[in-house]
Amino acid sequence: MSTQSVSVQSSNTNTIMNNISVLMTCPMSEYLEQELETRFNVIKLWNHSSSKSDFFKNNSNFIKAVVGNTELGADAEMIDSLPNLEIVSSYSVGLDKIDLDKCKEKGIKVTNTPDVLTDDVADLAIGLALAVSRKIPVSDQFVRNGNWIRGDFGLATKFSGKSVGIVGLGRIGSAIAKRAEAFNCPISYHSRSKKPNTNYKYYSNIVDLAANCQILIVACALTEETRHIVNRKVIDALGPKGILINIGRGAHVDEPELVSALLEGRLGGAGLDVYENEPELPEELFALENVVLVPHVGSDTEETSKAMADLVISNLEAYFKGELLLTPVM
Amino acid sequence: MAVESQSHPSQNHLPYVLILNKPPPAFLIFGDHFYNSPKFHFLKAYESPLPLPQFLLAHAQSVRAILSSGSAPVTADTIRLLPHLRLVVTTSQGLNHIDLAECRRRGIAVAGAGNIYSPDCADSVVGLLIDVLRKISAANCFVKQGLWPSQGDYPLGFKLGGKRVGIVGLGSIGSEVAKRLEAFGCSISYNSRNKKPLVPYPFYPNVVELAANCDVLVISCALTDETHHLINKEVLSALGKDGVIVNIARGSIIDEKELVRCLVEGEIRGAGLDVFEHEPDVPVELFALDNVVMSPHNAVFTRESLEELRKIVVGNLEAFFANEPLLTPVCLDDQPHFSG
Repeated sequence: MSTQSVSVQSSNTNTIMNNISVLMTCPMSEYLEQELETRFNVIKLWNHSSSKSDFFKNNSNFIKAVVGNTELGADAEMIDSLPNLEIVSSYSVGLDKIDLDKCKEKGIKVTNTPDVLTDDVADLAIGLALAVSRKIPVSDQFVRNGNWIRGDFGLATKFSGKSVGIVGLGRIGSAIAKRAEAFNCPISYHSRSKKPNTNYKYYSNIVDLAANCQILIVACALTEETRHIVNRKVIDALGPKGILINIGRGAHVDEPELVSALLEGRLGGAGLDVYENEPELPEELFALENVVLVPHVGSDTEETSKAMADLVISNLEAYFKGELLLTPVM
Repeated sequence: MAVESQSHPSQNHLPYVLILNKPPPAFLIFGDHFYNSPKFHFLKAYESPLPLPQFLLAHAQSVRAILSSGSAPVTADTIRLLPHLRLVVTTSQGLNHIDLAECRRRGIAVAGAGNIYSPDCADSVVGLLIDVLRKISAANCFVKQGLWPSQGDYPLGFKLGGKRVGIVGLGSIGSEVAKRLEAFGCSISYNSRNKKPLVPYPFYPNVVELAANCDVLVISCALTDETHHLINKEVLSALGKDGVIVNIARGSIIDEKELVRCLVEGEIRGAGLDVFEHEPDVPVELFALDNVVMSPHNAVFTRESLEELRKIVVGNLEAFFANEPLLTPVCLDDQPHFSG
């Protein structure tokens, strides 16, 4: 085949792909939008928010792919309204916003972005634990407010050597454990089943885990079973000197119970990246110095955002070229 | 051991330990009983209305040991007024406030904090570094001001994994920093007075070269004549606009004016600073920057470290008065000079 024919063939492939309609559910990455737009016909759901039902009436048949994220994925209603949907490529590792059963039922492929964000999320978990224990944000404010000139800061709590309990010893949980070990923290964990090939102490009951550690870190997937897995009993077991770090999902924690435990001093402190009703947060937390709050930034670095976007693109390209998916969920 | 004759004998013949013109920080936090022992009393110059030189003259014959902290320097002048001084115990990690050369000349022993602070100092480095790269303090402020619902997503941070970390001063603290950051996927290199033969990390003979080959520069060396303003314009320029600097050692190791200028003009990516040239004064230009995370020289101030400190301060003093070996002696032969 002559070179000319090959390039025509390639551009034919591109032309074919440019006709494929991909629905983006919400703004998640400008880079991802741009890259998708060079390859596909991108429809942005947020540009049609005023006329959602009209939008679905006019466009639904064309949409073959959905790109969603932790804010808005592909629930049953959306899947049902897109009769020609073939693939959901999530800009996230978490799948709680995707109706996986429905996808399975309809033979819709699902991909996510594991591994590329593991380091960043684990780094943030340790960063939050240090921030709470060592009062780093409070220290920073103290200096900025000119309070250092007026007097001394007081004491923080040592992080190194504290016992760390991890809920969910998957990719992210293991990465957290590896980091905490470098601080001489004894590691224990709770998960659905004991993991082979680890020396960490296993607790089949999360309350026992909480009772036996000083820093509890939530790193499991959100499922029916793990909703509110951190409840009042767990919080009380963690106790007035204990610290809760949540880099999983807001729904892992019974948020009103968490708030009252912090207000009443039944829990020592918390470092949170996720909340039950983002971006709304319980305002009672804002005044608490033993609480550090960040706005769901677990994988929000320049490097990882790009890597996640590249993975979404690669999965979609592979699918529409008839090649193997890179990171299929099912 | 015969009790030395003293001009001011204590009621039960216990020896005195002199505290100079500032109380140690632990007294302010816990009370002045914190280092109490049945084996000695404290003589507190800071409680006297007399100016320090006069106080020293009045008590010169009684004093064989000083308990010092960073804010109460032990100068040659002070030492000369205390002819029976044989020991200086300091509560601080740094030794730059003690005239070590004078101590060496007079055979005065010095006991420090040993390595008790190393984990906390290393934790401070890692905590400040992650905060700078991932904007934790700034994002915490953003959320607590209620801005998330209205202003939407927070700006992206930078990944720690894979960053090249250059450590200036690979002592106990520097080694603990290295161990921690390796677990985050960082690569480590260092500069020290001497290359360390048993250390697996690449050594750079000067700080400019180290800075040119790393993304994060960690300052964990002692303040000496050699290291004063070691981090200067040339080093910061070599570190470059994607570089972050973290200092938990001494403020004067960095040319602070130059650092501030680099940060304000975006010539380096950010800084985590526990120490400053003129504490507690901090350059106000830094207050407007969200790529700078600051702490009030509190890298060692945890409950746990102070409890460890209490044990070794009391232990060193008790050992000294019992003619037993000190717990954490400083080898004065090895110490570079600091003119102060």
